[in-house]
Amino acid sequence: MIINHPLLGPRDISEFVYLGDASLLKRPTWDSNKSEEKFYEYLYLRNNVAGIHKELWFHQYGDRSWLVVTRNTISHEITKVELAADISKKLAKANE
Amino acid sequence: MNKFSRTNSSLLETNKEINFEFNGKKYKGFYGDTLASALLANNIILIGRSFKYHRPRGIVSSGSHEPNALVEILHKDFAEPNIKATTVEIYDGLKAKSQNCWPSVKFDLMSINDKFSNFIGAGFYYKTFMWPSSFWEKLYEPLIRKAAGLGKLSQSKTNRISEKGFLHTDLLIIGSGPAGLISAYIAGLSGVRVLLVEEDFIYGGSLNNESFYISDMHPQAWVKFILKSIKKLSNVRIMKRTCVFGMFDHGTFGALEKLKDSKIEQMFWKIISKKALLCSGSLERLIPFQNNDLPGIMLSGSIRSYINRWGIKNLSDVLLFTNNDDAYSTAIDLIENGINCIGVVDTRENPRIFDSRIKVYKNSQVINARGKLYLQGVDIINKDGDTKHIKCRYLGVSGGWNPNIQISSHTGVKPNWNEKIHAFVPGKNNISTHLKVSGSANGIFTFNECILDAEKNVKAILRDFKIKPKKYQLPLIGKQASDISPFWYVNYGSKRKWVDLQNDVTVKDIEMAYLENFRAVEHLKRYTTLGMGTDQGKTSNVTGLAILASLSKKPIPEVGTTVFRPPYVPIPIDSLVGSTIGKNFKPIRLTPTHSWAEENGASFTESGLWLRAEWYSKKNELNWRETVDREVISVRNSVGFCDVSTLGKIDIQGKDAQEFINKIYCNAFAKLSVGKVRYGLMLREDGLVMDDGTTARMSENHFIMTTTTANADSVYRHLEFCHQCLWPDMEVHLISTTDAWAQIAIAGPNSRKVISKIIDPEFDISNENFPFMACKEISICGGVVARLFRISFSGELAYELSFPTQYALSFVNYLMEIGKEENIIPYGTEALGVMRIEKGHAAGAELNGTTTALNLNMGKMVSDNKDSIGSVLSKREGLNQSDDLKLVGIKPINSSDQLISGSHLFDLSSKVNPQNDLGYITSSCFSPTLGSYIALGFLRNGSNRYGEKIRVNNFLLKKEVLAEVCNPIFVDPNGDKLRE
Repeated sequence: MIINHPLLGPRDISEFVYLGDASLLKRPTWDSNKSEEKFYEYLYLRNNVAGIHKELWFHQYGDRSWLVVTRNTISHEITKVELAADISKKLAKANE
Repeated sequence: MNKFSRTNSSLLETNKEINFEFNGKKYKGFYGDTLASALLANNIILIGRSFKYHRPRGIVSSGSHEPNALVEILHKDFAEPNIKATTVEIYDGLKAKSQNCWPSVKFDLMSINDKFSNFIGAGFYYKTFMWPSSFWEKLYEPLIRKAAGLGKLSQSKTNRISEKGFLHTDLLIIGSGPAGLISAYIAGLSGVRVLLVEEDFIYGGSLNNESFYISDMHPQAWVKFILKSIKKLSNVRIMKRTCVFGMFDHGTFGALEKLKDSKIEQMFWKIISKKALLCSGSLERLIPFQNNDLPGIMLSGSIRSYINRWGIKNLSDVLLFTNNDDAYSTAIDLIENGINCIGVVDTRENPRIFDSRIKVYKNSQVINARGKLYLQGVDIINKDGDTKHIKCRYLGVSGGWNPNIQISSHTGVKPNWNEKIHAFVPGKNNISTHLKVSGSANGIFTFNECILDAEKNVKAILRDFKIKPKKYQLPLIGKQASDISPFWYVNYGSKRKWVDLQNDVTVKDIEMAYLENFRAVEHLKRYTTLGMGTDQGKTSNVTGLAILASLSKKPIPEVGTTVFRPPYVPIPIDSLVGSTIGKNFKPIRLTPTHSWAEENGASFTESGLWLRAEWYSKKNELNWRETVDREVISVRNSVGFCDVSTLGKIDIQGKDAQEFINKIYCNAFAKLSVGKVRYGLMLREDGLVMDDGTTARMSENHFIMTTTTANADSVYRHLEFCHQCLWPDMEVHLISTTDAWAQIAIAGPNSRKVISKIIDPEFDISNENFPFMACKEISICGGVVARLFRISFSGELAYELSFPTQYALSFVNYLMEIGKEENIIPYGTEALGVMRIEKGHAAGAELNGTTTALNLNMGKMVSDNKDSIGSVLSKREGLNQSDDLKLVGIKPINSSDQLISGSHLFDLSSKVNPQNDLGYITSSCFSPTLGSYIALGFLRNGSNRYGEKIRVNNFLLKKEVLAEVCNPIFVDPNGDKLRE
C-alpha cells in the first residue's frame, strides 16, 4: 500500500500508523448542555462505509504529519491525500 | 546414468554432471535438470504417497502446479517438507526423500487407509471425531496428525540466510514466455524502465517445452536471440528464480527470489511498479477417470516438456488422452524423438488429423487405469460402448488449459468464464488499472495471437506513459490449432476417479458434498479440501467446479469460482522474516550510561525497546533481592542515582504552549509559573487514564513534558494529533528530545549535598531558593548546559538532572567520584520500583488502560472548568460509581507472606468466585524499609476500607494470603522528606 503524501510524495505503508475515521477532526464543544451525548457520538459512533472513506494516518516514521486519506474501502483505491491540519483549519474557520 | 540416454537439448548441459541422492540412493543428473526430470531420466516415477489414502504417486507435471511429487529436501541442519520435485533445480550434494510413507515408498504400512476408503470420504473427520469432546485433544488430534498430512517438519531451526528488499520500476512483467519476452522487448526498446521476472531458473516459459520454429529458429534459440537484445537495454532488469506470488494494493507486488551460489539464499522483494503485465501463461488440467492417479499418468504438455526441454528419451509406450488439439503436439514430438507413441484417445467426435503417423481413437474415453505401483495399461471405451484394453507405460492427459489468472484476482477482481476455451479468464471490466494480462494467461493460446495480444497491451501502456514505441519486428509463425470441446470427467465405473491428487479428492467426494448440501463453491472447497494444499488446485480446481456444475445442472459461470488469494506458490516463512530474527528482531535502545552499567555489575531488563539496568550486584551478594534491598536502603539512608533517560521527553514551545498543555492534561496547568514543575495526568478522550508525568515550565513559552517510558511514542503521536487535527491554529511546536538529553535521578537525604558539588557555583539550590517542584536551567561541571528538576519518584529528597547525552559516561564516573563521601551508589529499575510502591506512586501496572483518575484517587484533580481531552466523558455515570475500585495499599498480616501481582481480593467471609471479586493486586514487592512484603492494588470502595482485613487469593498458584488494607503511601505519607 502506498500513500501519496502531499509534501513528500508516494511513501510505503510501513512508515505510517493508522488511527481511524477522519470524523475525529470534528471534536464537539465541551461546555454545552449536550456535551456528554455529543462526545459519546463523536467517540463511539462510526459509519461502516462500503466505498469512499476519509481516514486519519500519521506519518510516524517520516515528517510526523497527520494526513486525511480518502480511500475506497472496497477497491482500496486512494483518491486524495491531504494534510489534516489544512482540513481542521478550514473546519475551524467554518465554525467561527 | 549414461548421458546418451538424453537427447540433445540446448537447455541441458550434458557435460556438467551433478550427483544427488534420493531416498538414500545416489543418482546422476545434469546441469539444467530439476529433481523431477533427473528422476525420470533415472527411470524413477514413484515419488511418494498421497495425503490421505497413502496411494502410490508419481510425477504429474513439470512446474509449480505439481500436485503429487512432493519431497522432503534434507539441508545440512534442517529439512524442508512439501517441496515439489518439479521445481527443485538439482545441485551437487542435493539430498531428497519421499514423504508420507513408512517404512518405504514402495511398501507403505499406512496404505491400509486405502482399504478403508469407503469410510473416510469427504467430511469424515467432521463426522467421526465429533464427540466426546474430551477425546479431541488427547486422542483424535494426535491420531489424525500422525496419519494424515503432507510432509513433516524437521523441528530444527533453519540456518538459511534470508533478506528483504524493495524494487521500484515503471513496468513489471511477470513471466518470460512469448508474451513476457516480447512485451519486455517492445517496452524496453521504447525506453520504459522494465523489470522482467521469471519464476523458473531459465527464461522462455512455455517456449522451452516446444519444438515449433519461430522465424526459422528453434524456439529455444529464439528465446536466446530475443534475450540478447533485451539484455542490451540498460533500462530493463531481468530476474530469474523469482516468483511474483501476490499483487497487493497500489501497484505493490510480493516476490520471492531463490538465489544460487550466494550467501543470501532467498530474497523477499516488495516490488512497487506503476504498471504491470501478467504474462504467466497457462496450465493444463487433468481428466478424472478410474485410478487416474497411478504413477505414469501425467499431463500431456508436461511429457512434451520433459522431451523438449530436458531431453528425456527413456519414456516408452506412451498413450495420450485428450479433449483438445494440444495433445497432438505431444504425439508429434514423441514420434520425432523416436519414442513409441501408441496413440491418442480423443473424446471429440471429429478431431482434426494432424499427422498420419498418429493412431487416433476418436469419440473415445479412457475409463480405467491398471497397475499397482505403476501404470501398466488402460481400458478405453468408444461411443458404441466397445471396450478395449491398451497396454501402456505412460499416459499423457490433456483436459484443456487454464490461464494462470490467480494474480489478476488478488485484489478482488472476479474472473470471467470463457466459452471458447472453457476456462476462467481475467475479469476484464473491473481489473485494476495497474495490471494488464497478456497471452495465454489472458486465454489466448496460439503463438501468433499471443504475440499480438502482448503487443496490444504493451502499446496501451506506452500510451499511458506518453511514450512513442520505437520500431520493432514481431516474430510470427504458421497457423496453429487450439480446438477444444469440454469434457470434464469420465462418468464410467464405480472405482475412484481422482480430481485433486494432492488432497485425495475424488469425483465421489464432490458428489457426496453435493448430496449433503455443500453446494456453494466455498463450502465444497472446505468440506472436501478440493483445491487446498501446496498446489492450491492448479490442476484440479476448474475440473472440480465443472463436476459441481454438472451435478447441479447449472452452467459453470453460475457455480462461480473460489477467490484466489496470495501467495501463488508456497512461501517459506523464514523468507518473509528475512534477517529480523533473534537480536535483529527489533531495534535495541541503550541508555546513555549502558556501557558504564555493564562494567559495574548491572544486569539488564527489557523495557519496550530499551535495555535498562535492573540492579547492580556486588560480589558478596547471594541473590538479586539482597542487591535490591541494599540499593533501596542506601538511597533512603544516604544517596543513589538512577538513569531515567528512557522517560519520554517532549519539548513544547510557542506562544500557545501553556494553553495547549492545559488542554492535554486533565488537571489545572493554566497557572504553572516559570521555574516550576507539576504532575500531570493525561486522559484519553473516553475518560480513562492514558499516561502521567511531569511538565516543567522553563520559560514563558518553553515547557518540557515527560512521559512514561512505555508511552513515549503514543503520547507524542497524541499530542501531534491534538495540535494538527483539533487545535491547528494554536501556535505550538512539539519535538521529541528523548535521545538528546540524558536524565539522571539523584535521590536520598544527601542528594542536595552531592549535587551542590557538581553544579557551577553561581547557582543556588538551597531549600529556600530551589524548593520541591522547582526547575531551572543551570550549568554543571564548569559550563555544561543542564536542567535541574526537584522532583521525586522515590519519596526522598530528590532531583532529576538532565544534560546533553554525550556527557553521560563522563558524568557518571565523576558523580561516583564526587559522591564517595556520601557513599553514593547506582540503583536499577527494581529498586526504583520498590521505592515507588513504598511511596504509592502509580506506574504502568496501575495505568493499565482500564483505570480512571477516580480509581487512582485523583478524581478531584480532573478540572471541571476547562476543556481538556477526556474531561467530558470522565464524568460519565458508569465511571463514577460510589463503590468504584480505588488504589489502596495492601500489607500481609504475616510480613513474610509474599503478595503476588494479579491475585484477586475477597472479603474474609465470602466464597472465592467471580461474583465476590473485590479487586486485584497490581504491583508488589518486598519493602526493606518496612521489613515486609507490600502491594498496591485496586479494591472496591477501597478508600473507606483502610484497616480492614482481606483475603488475597491467587487462583493460578492456588495460594491465599491474609492481608490488611491501608493507605497506598506506605512511606512518609505527609511528604515531609520531599520538602526537607
